[in-house]
Formats: sequence, structure tokens, C-alpha cells
Amino acid sequence: MKILICISNVPDTTTKIKPTADQKAIDLANVQWIINPWDELALTRALELKDAAGSNIEKITVLTVGEKIVEPTLRKALAIGADDAVRVDAAPKDNFYTAFQIAEAVKGQSYDIILCGIESSDYNGSALGGMLAEFLDLPGISSVSKLDIEGDTVRVNREIAGGFEVVETETPFVAIVQKGIAKEPRIPSMRGIMMARTKPLNVVAPAPAEPLTSFVAYHSPKPKAACKMVDAENVEELINLLHNEAKII
Amino acid sequence: MSKVIIFAENFDGKFKKATFEAVAYGAEIAEKTGGEAVAVSIGKVSNDELASLGDYGANKVLSITHEALEMLDARVYARVIAQAVEKEGADVLIFTVSNASKAIAPRVAVRLQAGMVYGASGLPTCFNPFTVPKKVFHGKAFADVVINSEKKVISLAQNSFGVVMNKKEAGIEQMDATIDTGLIRSKVINIEKSTGKVLLNDAEIIVSGGRGMKGPDRWKPLEELADTLGAALACSRPVSDEGWRSHTEHVGQTGKIVAPNLYLAFGISGAIQHLAGVSSSKVIVAVNTDKDAPIFASADYGIIGDVHTVLPRLNEALKKFKAEN
Repeated sequence: MKILICISNVPDTTTKIKPTADQKAIDLANVQWIINPWDELALTRALELKDAAGSNIEKITVLTVGEKIVEPTLRKALAIGADDAVRVDAAPKDNFYTAFQIAEAVKGQSYDIILCGIESSDYNGSALGGMLAEFLDLPGISSVSKLDIEGDTVRVNREIAGGFEVVETETPFVAIVQKGIAKEPRIPSMRGIMMARTKPLNVVAPAPAEPLTSFVAYHSPKPKAACKMVDAENVEELINLLHNEAKII
Repeated sequence: MSKVIIFAENFDGKFKKATFEAVAYGAEIAEKTGGEAVAVSIGKVSNDELASLGDYGANKVLSITHEALEMLDARVYARVIAQAVEKEGADVLIFTVSNASKAIAPRVAVRLQAGMVYGASGLPTCFNPFTVPKKVFHGKAFADVVINSEKKVISLAQNSFGVVMNKKEAGIEQMDATIDTGLIRSKVINIEKSTGKVLLNDAEIIVSGGRGMKGPDRWKPLEELADTLGAALACSRPVSDEGWRSHTEHVGQTGKIVAPNLYLAFGISGAIQHLAGVSSSKVIVAVNTDKDAPIFASADYGIIGDVHTVLPRLNEALKKFKAEN
């Protein structure tokens, strides 16, 4: 079995986000780049499955669409334990464009399971995995919070309102994964970091395509009014404020 | 002129607030452009329930039922919705941000070669070029996104437009869709669902606990508060990571993104990742011992104090308030 994990290179989640002076972009100077948190959990789960006794997973590949600056993030994924990496050499212009590039890069590669994080922490798109599945004309399951493999059977938990469904699926398929898929992301070991340097990182050229959306302007949120403090001895005042001022209870 | 289709998702045959909000949003776009709003319902829903979509501005409801649609298969659903789009000649599609919508909307976008904006934070600010506002970086910034394609897909972030009444007489039409059951390669073998609880994504009020609750066995007063307020329970990431509460209650950047009218945070310091998941709440109340906790910068009302001192008082006072109001 071959598993592909689609990875997004995103600013560290603690980054302060500010539009540039002309408001045409986000100021990303001096940003620390990380693997998108959901993608990192997906990779962790894939590695757990590969390490399990009797595993039939031969290879775990990570892929991203990005220019050369994203390579440290791919190397980190290799250090965590992926076997090889693919970089589609193009800036990820929008979700449609990026999903198309991934589809073109993996067509004919016969991955059994393709894992995508449910959203990226930068543009909060939540569309890539579904778009990729459609481009590849593969079945897909979204909101996956648990994934197990027993022989040829893949079983997932799919979150629904108020609970989850246990779904059995054939492969190949695309799983769009969320919180719960793995407990903690795996941290690269020193040995892993050393090995990552020599693992294959293949760069492929993008296919001709145009994005269908463009991000034309960015704004900072309106500053919030100061917090009104209420004395801990006087919770009645809080209730009064919520009732008469905020009119919320 | 926009012909707008809204995917009207039902939950066990009933529509929820988010669906009505999406219909109202789609109807507003249709009205602003002199078009028409058509709601598309998939699965068994009563005629009364279908007609209720007219209260929020749907001019017409297409109802599609088929035994193969009783379980969600995103590939099949996307094809069915694409057929409805073709039949109606629609150019704008509205989804919510529910689990099912997340699975279906991107696939429909690919089928229609449509640009998609996920998590729209309001009405289009301009129709030519078609410009949709959305949050990026979990609310740390907003972006204006232009959709350049002829057809457009928008997933509306919850509580960003409002459940706006806009009464229309919606005619109900059954639509026959072509369904290729051979595409279905998975089956649901079990469903686990809690009943009777207020769900996080439906909740008007959310009561949330953090590390300041001091342990998994100390949640009683918070549960009592949630009961009194008819609220849903939530927690911060450390709490779910420690296993004090289920990860399904985790709100924050990597957990659930919520947007209730009232979010009450007890013993939550307000790490930036937590705030990313709750910043769309209308009113935030924070109770924390640390006056410098970042949560107070995002809160509307705050109390400096220990949650286990404040909670019993609040429970008592709220019960009194509820009895009188």
C-alpha cells in the first residue's frame, strides 16, 4: 500500500498577521514556516500505521505545491519519517489551481490512500482535499477523525453533527482528516533529521492552468473595545450586563 | 442577474439554523442582482419542512430523494447538485460550512469549473467583479476574494449573515437525478450519536473550561451552568490533550471553530490558537485568576477570580435570574 500526504507550508500558528502597507498581501517577512497542523497529524497517523505490526504500507510520500522556499518544510516531513517528497514547482495560487497541480502530479502513481488536512491554517480554504478527489475522480471521505487499516479494509470515523459514523471503504480513496486522527504530531529525531538530507525530494514542473479566484485585498480586523471588568463578588452585575446591555440572555 | 442555488442540508429530515441562514444569504444575492433563489434538498424531508425554506427567501425548492442518497457519498452528492445547477441554469451556489458541505462543495466547484470561496464572512461587496469577503488566518485578517469564473461557489461561515426572515411562497418541485450507484465504494457500518445534548455548532451559548478548571473531576459546576443556560460544553486544547474532556469538545484553531452569541471562558488563558476558534462569538465572557491573561483582550466582560469561587456564585445567581425572567 502506498500513502500520499498533501502538505501545506504555512506560517507558524503564533505568527502575528498584518497586511502590507498597500493591503495587497500579508506581510510574511521573518515568518517561521511549519507543516500545516492537520497535515502534520495526517503524516503522523500514516507513520503510526506503517510502524504497526503486520503493516502492508510500503511507502509514504509527502507532496506540496510551492516554490523553493517550502523545501525546509518538506525536509521536516522527511525527517519525521516520510520516505520521499514531491514538490510541484509553482506558487499555490488558489485552491482550484493547487488541487489541479496535485492531481496532475499524482495521476498514474497509484496511491492507495491520499490524505489531506481538512483546512490550511493560512487561507482557511477547506476545499483542497475535495477538489483533488474530484479531479482524480476518486471517492473521498471528509471530517475523518480516526483511520485504521486491517488487511485491505480501511475503516474511518467520519464526524457528523453530535457524533460520528464508522465507515468502511475500498481503496483508492482520499481521506480529509481533522483533529483526532493522531494524538500528537511526531517530532523529528536527530537520526531522522540526518536521514532526511539524503531522502529523495523530486521537483516536478507545474501543468498549465489558471486560478479561478484572486485575493485582491487584505484588512486587519477592527480593534475590539476594552473588556468591562466585573468584581468577582458581584456576579449579579455580570448577569445584569449580559441581560440589559448585551441583551444576550 | 444571478440564479442562486442553495444546498439546503437536512439533519434527520430537519433543517437547522445554518441552512436557513444560507438560504437567506442566497436569497439576498438573488434579490440584489434581480435573480432567483432555489433551494436544493437531498434526502427525505416533509413538505412542511421544505416549504419553510420559503420563509427565508427561497423562490423554489427542489427536492431530490433516492435510496442511494440516504448515506452521504460526496462524489454522488456533487453530481446530483451539479445536475440541479444545470437544470436551473444557476451561476451562484451557496453552501454552509457543515461537515457534509465541506465534503461536497469543493467537488461541485471542480465539476462546474467554478472558483470557490470557503468561509465567506458576509455578502459580496461587489458583483462585478464578484468579490466575496472572508476571514483568513482564523480571523487575524480579512481578505477580499474575487471569483473570476462564470460559476461561483460560496460556503458561508456560520453566523456571518444572520437567519433573516424574507417570506416567499416557495413552490416545491421533485427532481429526478441520475445516480450512478456504482460510484459508491464505502458503507456506514455504525453510527454513534449523542442525543439530547446541545451541539457545539448549533449552540447559541457555549460554556468552556480550560486548565484553570484544575482537573477532569471538577467539571460539575460548569455542567450545571451549561444546563441552566441551555448551553453546549466546550474546552481548550490542553484540556482535551490531557484527556480531561473528549477532543470533540475542543474549540480552537485545530479543533472546532465556533460562533455562538455568547461564549463563556472559564480558566482559559486565551492562547492565540484558542482565540482563533472563538473570535467570531458575538459576546465573550472570561473568568481567570490572571489579570494579564490574553483572553481579557478579546473578551467583552471579564472577572478576575478563581473559577471554582465564581462558578457556584454564578450558578446560584443565574438560577435566581432564570426564575424571575
